[in-house]
Amino acid sequence: MTDVHIIGAGIHPFGRHDDKTGLDQGVIAVREALADAGLAWSDMQFGFGASDAAGNADAVLPRLGLTGMQFINVKNGCAAGGSALLSGYWAIKSGEFDLGVVVGFDKHPRGAFNPEPADWGLPEWYGETGLMLTTQFFGNKINRYMSLHGISPTTLGRVAEKAFENGVRTPHAWRREAIGLNAIMNSRMISDPLTQYMFCSPAEGGVALILASDRKMRELGLAGPKLRGAAVRTRVAGSFEVFSPSLDVERGPSPTQLASKAAYEMAGVGPDDIDVAQLQDTESGAEIMHMAENGFCADGEQERLLEEGATRLGGKLPVNTDGGCLACGEPIGASGLRQVYENAQQLRGRADGRQVEGARLGYSQVYGAPGLSGVVILEA
Amino acid sequence: MALQPIAEGLFELSEDGPRLIGGRRRSDGRMVFPMPTGPEAAHHDPVRLAREGVLWSFTVQRFRPKSPPYAGADDEAGFRPYALGYVELPGEVIVESRIETDDFAGLRVGQPMRLTLVPFRRAGRGEALTYAFEPAA
Repeated sequence: MTDVHIIGAGIHPFGRHDDKTGLDQGVIAVREALADAGLAWSDMQFGFGASDAAGNADAVLPRLGLTGMQFINVKNGCAAGGSALLSGYWAIKSGEFDLGVVVGFDKHPRGAFNPEPADWGLPEWYGETGLMLTTQFFGNKINRYMSLHGISPTTLGRVAEKAFENGVRTPHAWRREAIGLNAIMNSRMISDPLTQYMFCSPAEGGVALILASDRKMRELGLAGPKLRGAAVRTRVAGSFEVFSPSLDVERGPSPTQLASKAAYEMAGVGPDDIDVAQLQDTESGAEIMHMAENGFCADGEQERLLEEGATRLGGKLPVNTDGGCLACGEPIGASGLRQVYENAQQLRGRADGRQVEGARLGYSQVYGAPGLSGVVILEA
Repeated sequence: MALQPIAEGLFELSEDGPRLIGGRRRSDGRMVFPMPTGPEAAHHDPVRLAREGVLWSFTVQRFRPKSPPYAGADDEAGFRPYALGYVELPGEVIVESRIETDDFAGLRVGQPMRLTLVPFRRAGRGEALTYAFEPAA
């Protein structure tokens, strides 16, 4: 089977853009990715598009050109963008296509999402009595983890401090001002032990990646990072996920652990080989737990690693070099693709001001509701 | 007049106090809470769950949740933070619940908990009875 490469990448900065729709931002990202590769829209044989709350992804077609190409909308919870990439990956890997685009964009209202119990197959009382908030899930999950593995609230604060430091250096980030550890720790408590600055916000943005087979890439005289491994996995019984009125007493692995294992196996590499990682950081606790779930440390080691600055730029394993969701916000359709965009920039030596020198292998993991995780391993 | 339960079949009163009603799936014995309703109910047997368990995890809701789905009669100004979390009923299932306490700082994973019933004031629809766990000791 052929290898799949990213030969072009484009992004519309994340944040709030009152003058642009989500669709506008997706189209801008596609145009930038095409220009990056020096290709035309008419060269694209297929497209996969992700948008959760900003309308149909295939609404990009009238703007970019009605060429008759195969275009498929992907909606897959918080991993929508990551799932679009995976779809493009398999489209080329299968041999059916050798050049195409994946695009993700979104635009969410401000504040926490307000879900309808019926959409999740849950009874009305669950929402009525105030048990149906994503923020509660994150508080519950990290609180137990901290209790079992000796993680302190200060370590949660350090994750956010690092995110905002990296955001300062990243043109596509939303939050571009450093916030001190004390300000983070003393900001408004949202869901104990997580404070306001430890949570990301729903946001807007767009990302597009041009994918090509190895042969097509060489034919075009282009180059770009290779997708060494890519996997999406969903929850199993015993996994702790958002909006769960009950959990199994017998605990099981998380979807992240499953996706991570699958991607490492495909790539034939392990956590020690990774030079730069983008991990889902919906809030500070998620990044801490995902460091372990993706194999980068044992449970509890994060306390020391964060204190040493191991995950900062210049550290042993820089994590969320563009500030992650904490500094970029989380437009669901685009968020997983942002992580891959950032790794592509790192591996191509284009991450000005935040470059991880000599980065050869980049790891990304997107995770979210209703309990799914997508991992991509890129090689320079 | 006694308060009506917030949902039918969620809990029942027995001689030794209230009990939550879970469901055991017939195909594989997997326990869930609440007992499924509608067509799914036919695949489950109702189970009266244990009254006592231990705190599995917890958090505190610090702001008034968005309505809908939240239906509390309070407003932003009158909102009082509340604890919630998961209580492990040994050998049965881990259930999510409000935690009835004002001592948020005193909550600990592994703390013994006991089921209780509490009134819940709903906007425009009066009070109903819902379940909560409270520290047992």
